[in-house]
Amino acid sequence: MRAWIGRGIVFGLLAFIILGPLANLVLWAAAEQWYFPHKLPVVYGTKFWEQVFKPRGDALVSLVTSVWIALATVAASLALAMPAGYALARLKLPWRTAILLAFLLPQAFPSLAVYINIARLFYDFRLNGTMTGVIMVHTVHGLVFAVWITAAAFAAVDRELELAARNLGASGLRTFLTVSLPLAAPGILASAIFVFLESLDEFTGTFFVGVPDVITLPLLMFTASIAGNYQIAAITALVLLVPSVVFMLIIERFLKADVLSKVGA
Amino acid sequence: MQDRGRLGVLLVAPALAAVLVLFVYPLGYSLVTAFQAKGGGFTLGNFAKAFEFYSVDIGFTLVIIGVSTLLIAFASIAVGGYLTLGENPRAVALLRWLYRWPLFIPFVVAAQCMRTFLAKNGLMNNTLVGLGILDVDQTIGFLDWRGIIITFVWKQTPFVALLVAGAMASLDRSTIEAARNLGAGRPRILFEILVPQVMPTLLVGLILSFVTMMSVLSVALMISGESPTMMTVDMAFRINNYGDYGTANALGFISYLMTATCAWFYLKRQIR
Repeated sequence: MRAWIGRGIVFGLLAFIILGPLANLVLWAAAEQWYFPHKLPVVYGTKFWEQVFKPRGDALVSLVTSVWIALATVAASLALAMPAGYALARLKLPWRTAILLAFLLPQAFPSLAVYINIARLFYDFRLNGTMTGVIMVHTVHGLVFAVWITAAAFAAVDRELELAARNLGASGLRTFLTVSLPLAAPGILASAIFVFLESLDEFTGTFFVGVPDVITLPLLMFTASIAGNYQIAAITALVLLVPSVVFMLIIERFLKADVLSKVGA
Repeated sequence: MQDRGRLGVLLVAPALAAVLVLFVYPLGYSLVTAFQAKGGGFTLGNFAKAFEFYSVDIGFTLVIIGVSTLLIAFASIAVGGYLTLGENPRAVALLRWLYRWPLFIPFVVAAQCMRTFLAKNGLMNNTLVGLGILDVDQTIGFLDWRGIIITFVWKQTPFVALLVAGAMASLDRSTIEAARNLGAGRPRILFEILVPQVMPTLLVGLILSFVTMMSVLSVALMISGESPTMMTVDMAFRINNYGDYGTANALGFISYLMTATCAWFYLKRQIR
């Protein structure tokens, strides 16, 4: 019993530190009026929710922009990563380790300093302030997850099954499409989710490359927060949180231990 | 066999080209621009200007990220250790449920949470006052460089702890049991048996965190946009207000150096 009193204090403190900031966000999202010296919101209500979700409002436009960019980023990443991942897992490659590490580069350098230069170079190609420009930046940043996880997923496919298909007379392409690809599908889906979230939550790259025309949800949230519209910022933040929390709950279903142990190997 | 090798290169080429064109080239461009005068010749003037205006922020960036990294290391060892050595299954399950929350929360959202939570009249102080621990006029806000550290530790600890706890769980239990039978206490088992064995994983997690914190702009802008703050804010300011790529890239070069030093220590340790 005494042990639980000590544990209670420690866990209470931990819960306060971890969940407190989130609770504050939820309170702001539900508040209509909240000012000093009141410790809790003075008036609760949905006025700001209606404002955020009104048809053709800024938030809805940004949400659609964000989702389109994220979907296009997933498509581009997978188009690049699936062939590369298969080659890294199954084919003989010179400098295989160096190639694997090359995809880590965008995560190994502080990216802000690179983004400002991408923005400057994009200027010459009229890619600044376009969705295409933002998608390109997001794709390269997410490529490490896409390539590493797809390579691990293909590596985890039982080689015997592929050989059996070949022995029964299936061509290389047919074996890939009917055996390797379906078996690697959960891992590929996991990498797609990773890339989707990375893109949806990305701030710095969009901040430099997307301005002034491409305003994604994180940028809208930032602008609202700096302007002091805490209700709008909190509601937008909650919308951004939904996919993250859902992902946290289901990730283990897609990313099995046998794939996980082969990531980066 | 020759054909398969060529096919492999062909399949990897598009992805590799994307990294070269959209990352390596701009990276090289930033390195060159850092040493280039407005007219085009070689100069160290950009660095002189960077140090003249921003030496305080360069120092604070090091302090903020250094302290955050240390705190993240201790917190994730503590979490991983408790998950591995904890004797009460219900308490372990509770911690496992609790510690992961910030893992997938975007930095912008984390910054917004903390911007309200850590303010002078935010929920943190309101709760402390409500519980009678603090008086209203004793409250202080943390929306400065300390707030940046708190946000980083809050956001990055779950990531490192996840890696560390995973590595600890896959260790051989028999050494732990043997030490326990010889009468070693749990802290001793943690620091003398578990931590040395998971050191490589811990360091990889910390380096990835270090680089991430080095590039995050939103947290510094939203928690404390005024000096002393982080170099990322200064870089954004040079670009957006003056179009001054020279100084911004000089600051960028300094941030590469900081991460490179960190990576060098890691590699040196790995090779030894």
